[in-house]
Amino acid sequence: MDSFATAFAEAGALLVSFDPDFLSIVGLSLRVSLTAVALACLIGFPLGALVALARFPGRGVIVLLLNTFMGLPPVVVGLIVFLLLSRAGPLGVLGLLFTPTAMIIAQTILVTPIVAALTRQIVADLWVEYGEHLRSLDAGPVATMTTLITDARYSLATVVLAGFGRAIAEVGAVMIVGGNIDHATRVMTTAIALETSKGNLSTALGLGIVLLPLALAVNAAVQIINASASRRAVLA
Amino acid sequence: MVTRFAVLAVAFLAAFTAPVVADDRPLLLGTTTSVDNSGLLGPLLKAFRDETGIEVRTVVRGSGAILQLGRSGDFDVVLVHHPDAERAFVAGGDGLGRYPVMTSRFLIVGPDDDPAGVRAAPDAAAAMERIAAGPYDFISRGDESGTNAAERHLWGLAGLSPWTARGGWYRETGSGMGATLNMASVLSAYTFTESGSWTNFANRGDLAVLFEGGPHLENPYAIIPIDPERHPHVAARDARRLVDWLTGPVGQAFIAGFRVDGEPPFAPAR
Amino acid sequence: MSGPASILPLQVSHLAFEANGVRLLDDVSFTLQAGRRAVLLGPNGAGKSLLLRLCHGLLRPTSGEIRWAIEGRARRQAMVFQRPVMLRRSVIGNITHALAVRGVPRGERTARAEAALALAGLSPLARRPARVLSGGEQQRLALARAWATEPEILFLDEPCASLDPAATRSVEALIEGFHAAGTKIVMATHDLAQARRIADEILFVHKGRLIERGDADSFFDAPQSEEGRAFVAGELLW
Repeated sequence: MDSFATAFAEAGALLVSFDPDFLSIVGLSLRVSLTAVALACLIGFPLGALVALARFPGRGVIVLLLNTFMGLPPVVVGLIVFLLLSRAGPLGVLGLLFTPTAMIIAQTILVTPIVAALTRQIVADLWVEYGEHLRSLDAGPVATMTTLITDARYSLATVVLAGFGRAIAEVGAVMIVGGNIDHATRVMTTAIALETSKGNLSTALGLGIVLLPLALAVNAAVQIINASASRRAVLA
Repeated sequence: MVTRFAVLAVAFLAAFTAPVVADDRPLLLGTTTSVDNSGLLGPLLKAFRDETGIEVRTVVRGSGAILQLGRSGDFDVVLVHHPDAERAFVAGGDGLGRYPVMTSRFLIVGPDDDPAGVRAAPDAAAAMERIAAGPYDFISRGDESGTNAAERHLWGLAGLSPWTARGGWYRETGSGMGATLNMASVLSAYTFTESGSWTNFANRGDLAVLFEGGPHLENPYAIIPIDPERHPHVAARDARRLVDWLTGPVGQAFIAGFRVDGEPPFAPAR
Repeated sequence: MSGPASILPLQVSHLAFEANGVRLLDDVSFTLQAGRRAVLLGPNGAGKSLLLRLCHGLLRPTSGEIRWAIEGRARRQAMVFQRPVMLRRSVIGNITHALAVRGVPRGERTARAEAALALAGLSPLARRPARVLSGGEQQRLALARAWATEPEILFLDEPCASLDPAATRSVEALIEGFHAAGTKIVMATHDLAQARRIADEILFVHKGRLIERGDADSFFDAPQSEEGRAFVAGELLW
C-alpha cells in the first residue's frame, strides 16, 4: 500500500536526520516512562512481597484488586489523575496538570499494579521453596523480603520490562494529563495520535515504525536475561 | 547492599525527575482542534514570543472541553469558536471578556460525485436537507465543539434532528475534526468541517468542498482571558498581552497573511 | 559448641500434632541431653519429620510442650532438610547469606564461609552457582552452611534419602565431624544401616508414637517392642 511505502521512507528519514523535534519527543517518552517504572518498582516490589508473605484479613481481596488493576485502561487512569490534578480538584494547588510530572504520576499509577501483582506471584512461589530454610535461619521480615527479591532478580527484571512496555506504549493517560503540548508534553504515542488526526497517516505510521525498535530492544532484553539466568541456574 | 541500592535508586530518580518537576510557568492557552489543525498556531505564537518573549503552551481539545477546563482554572486564556457558550462563560464570571480574533468558513464536504446534489442547493440548510433525503452517509463530530454546534444549528434550520433517530446514515464519532474527516474520507461520506482544519488535512481521498459561503457558514473565533479574581493563580498579565497582540495590528496582519497551499483559512476579525 | 549457657537439655512433654482432623503425633515425651547422637528411627510416615520440625520450631504443636533450657533458642539451632534448599547464588554466597541473616558482621562472613567450605571439601566449587551442584554436593553445602552458623544442635531430616552411597558416605563423614566438634546431632532416618552407623541412641517412632527409646547397641541387639523387633528384622512396617 502506498501509505506503508511512504511511511517507511518517512521513518527512515526521521531516524537518519536526528531531527531535534523528533529526538526531544523520543527523549521525553523515555524520561516519563523510565521514571514511572522506577517509581512503580520502588512501590511495587515491597508491596508485592509484603502481600505475598504477610497474613492479614482481607488478603485475598487485596490480591484480587492487584490482579484486576493490572488491566486498568490507561484512559481511565488518565481521567482520574486529571480530576485530581485539575485546579478544581483536590491537588490543584500543585499546578501539575499539563506537565511531564503529571504524566509520570499517571504512568506510575498504571504500572504499579503490574509490578506489585507479578512480584506477589513470583515471591509467593519462591517462598514455597525457601520458606522452611529462611524460617530455620530465623530470618526477620526485612531479611526475608530482601532475600526473596534478590533471588527473584531475573524474573523481576522481566517484570520491570513488562511494566516499561506498558508505559511506553500507552497514549490514553499521557494524552489527558499531559495535553500533548508541543515541545513540552508531547511523547511518541501522542504525536502519533496527533498526526493521525491531521490525516498525516504516513508520518504517523513512520513514527510508529520508529517505536518498533524500542519494543524490539525491550523484548530482546527479556529474552537475553532469561537465557542467561537459565544458563546460570538462577531463574526463579 | 540494600542501602547501597536505595541510595542509587534515589539518585537515579532525582536525576530524572529534577528536570521534569522544575517547570517554569509559561502561559497556558486552551484552544480547539480546528485552530491547531490549521497549522496557524505554531508560527503565530512564535511571532508572539519573538516580540514579547512570552512562551505560550497550547493544549488542544474541543470547545466544550476547553471552556470546562477554563471554568476550573486550568488555563490562563482560551481561544474557541462557540459564541453562545463563550457569552455564557463570560457571564458566569470565569472570563474577563470575549475578544473576537478571526473567522474561518464552515464547509460542507462530501464525495466528489455528490449523489445528494449538495452543490446545487440554494442554501446551507437546503444542502443538509438533501443529504437527509437520501439518506446519504453523514459523519458528525458529536462532541461539544463549536463546529458541532454550528452543524446542529444548520440541521435545526432545516427542521431536522438526525442525532435523535438511531439511523445508520448519521454517525457521531465523538472525536476531533481529524478523526471525523478520516472516517468521512474512508467511507466517502458527507461531513461538516471548517476551513482551518480542511486546508491542512492530508487524507482527503475523494472528498471535495461541495458547499461554502452564506450567512450560516461563518465561524467566529474569540479569545477570552481567564478572570484572575476567580482564579488568582492565572498569569493574568501575560494573558492580557496575548489578547492585545492578537487583536492588535500585528497579530491581525499575521492572521490575514497566513496561507496553506496558497489558501487563507482565516480572515481577521477587523 | 556451647555459648555462655546451653540450650540443652530439650524437654518434650506429651507432644501432639493434628492436621485436618488426623492425629499425626500423639503423646510424645522425651528429653535430649548434649553429647550423644540421637537418631529418630522409623518407617516412612511414622512422624519423624514432623517431630523434627516441631522441635525446631517450624511447626506449632496442637498440644504438649517443647521446652529448651534457655529462651532465644532459634539462633542456636540449625536444620538440614531431605532436599537441600539452595539459594540462587554461588556456593559461598549461600553461606554468607546465612551468616548475614544471623547478624555476623560483614568482615567476618567470608572467612567463616571459606572455613566451612574447606571442612566440607567444597572449596574448589566456591564460586559456582549452588544449583548446578550434584545432590551430594548440595547436601554437603547445606551442612557446611548450617555448620557456619555455629549451632548447638543440628536437626537433620533424612539428609541422605536422595543420595547415592558415595554421597551418603561423604555426608555421614561430615556429620561425624560435627559431632566430634561438639554439636548435638538429631537425625531422622528410615535407613536401618545408616542408623547403625551413626546412632548413639535411638528413638523409635511408629504411627505417630514414640514406641521405644534407648542406647543404640541395646536397641539393635534386643528391641523391647514388637514393632521395634519387626523393624530391626527388616520387616515392612506401615
